[in-house]
Amino acid sequence: MSGERYTSDHEYVRVEGDVGRIGVTDYAQAKLGDIVFIELPAPGKRVVKGEQFAVIESVKAASEVYAPISGEVVAVNADLEAAPASVNEDPLGKGWLVELRIANPAEIDDLMNLSAYEDFVKSLG
Amino acid sequence: MNEHAPTILAKTPLHELHRRLGARMAPFAGYDMPLHYPKGIIAEHLHTREKAGFFDVSHMGQAILTGAGAALALERLVPADIVGLAPERTRYTQFLDEDGGILDDLMVTRLPGREERLFLVVNAAGKKQDFELLQERLPEIRLSVLGNRALVALQGPFAARVLSDIFPGIEELPFMGWRAVEYEGAGVFASRSGYTGEDGFEISLPAHVAVKFSERLLAQGDVAPAGLGARDSLRLEAGLCLYGHDIDVTTDPVEAGLAWSIGARRREEGGFPGFERIRAAIAERPARRRVGLLPRAKTPVREGAMLSSSEGRIVGRVTSGGFSPSLSRPIAMGYVETPFASAGAALRTQVRGNPIDVEVAPLPFVPHRYFKGANRKDRS
Repeated sequence: MSGERYTSDHEYVRVEGDVGRIGVTDYAQAKLGDIVFIELPAPGKRVVKGEQFAVIESVKAASEVYAPISGEVVAVNADLEAAPASVNEDPLGKGWLVELRIANPAEIDDLMNLSAYEDFVKSLG
Repeated sequence: MNEHAPTILAKTPLHELHRRLGARMAPFAGYDMPLHYPKGIIAEHLHTREKAGFFDVSHMGQAILTGAGAALALERLVPADIVGLAPERTRYTQFLDEDGGILDDLMVTRLPGREERLFLVVNAAGKKQDFELLQERLPEIRLSVLGNRALVALQGPFAARVLSDIFPGIEELPFMGWRAVEYEGAGVFASRSGYTGEDGFEISLPAHVAVKFSERLLAQGDVAPAGLGARDSLRLEAGLCLYGHDIDVTTDPVEAGLAWSIGARRREEGGFPGFERIRAAIAERPARRRVGLLPRAKTPVREGAMLSSSEGRIVGRVTSGGFSPSLSRPIAMGYVETPFASAGAALRTQVRGNPIDVEVAPLPFVPHRYFKGANRKDRS
């Protein structure tokens, strides 16, 4: 298994060992527009797949971000406090949101690979 | 990220141009409107403050009232001095209900010429109801709805220079002045007004010349298209009300801070709906007031957030809130009980369960830069 895995809510997980780095996709950041604030969970928090774990505030609205997998937050991207627009500029790179210790590796297998996600985005028109 | 599209959306004459410009479209008041273009809301907002932004506001309602006594008749529905409005001058006012609640807000221009004619611009969401109200309540005055005209706004410090290339001399028009001009033989109305706090113009023109005219403006290097997103953040910084949010039937013009738009003669004579309530509000101070709000946090505080006093009692509510691109911080407006409405008053709110300090602040957040010309002061 390599590369990112994706959800239909436009989040991605990049797996390294037992840790998954979570963020939103380029499609999501474009839809959100200019991001001005991001509320992230505290390290140590346990998040559950499918539940809201972060909020992204763009100029126009607040949007919930759902956990693509379950796990414990082991790191958050502290740079986003000063530079939330990193998510617009580089969502798969410096715009990552949190890292989770993966609770259930089988959940990763349920997510889309890149080509499946690209087909999904195309289907949205 | 929840988007929902109503089944049928109306299109403005510039719809195809927005597509070509790469706009992200969104439904607004029954129209498919540009929310922002590829550069995004913040860039469009800042460009308008620094140079000139081009806005399509063709979804708004345009109409002409014609007939002897039209101004006096319109005064039956609005509290502004319309009889005293000079030809080629524009005034801001509100349609009021019997309790003095605001049914919609609008701009009224007295047109030049022998016949008594008033040009009205009303909000998109309210236009059907507004035109019905006019027909029902002013049966003796002819209402012509201008369904086949576009309305565009050119806003920002470079707007006058850019527009004077097309309409020489238009730069002399003072704020809230109006002039009939021609573009390729078509009748154009240019009003020196807007909804951003900047100098600028709102331009009404026939739909068939709208695309060409807009392309000509956009061909100027200093003009960038700006969508409804930037329009909202600009008007919020300018402390201007958005109907359905900062004003509605439950608010009157006095508590909304719009008493300046009520004519001196009208305050004496009345003759508009809700006169008693409004006279009392002016005399006794309203129980609550619309104020500016500065959240002491990085997260925007949005419409609907409740405001409490330091003792924890709810004393107000946010009616518009967002992020200010010019100030790089959250800003908001809302209503608070008058004892808490002075600048500097300390209030509290919550966002997603987190307590946030909010300070009452003077409006506007960003100073208005209207072009007053010589000796004209129509609007504070």
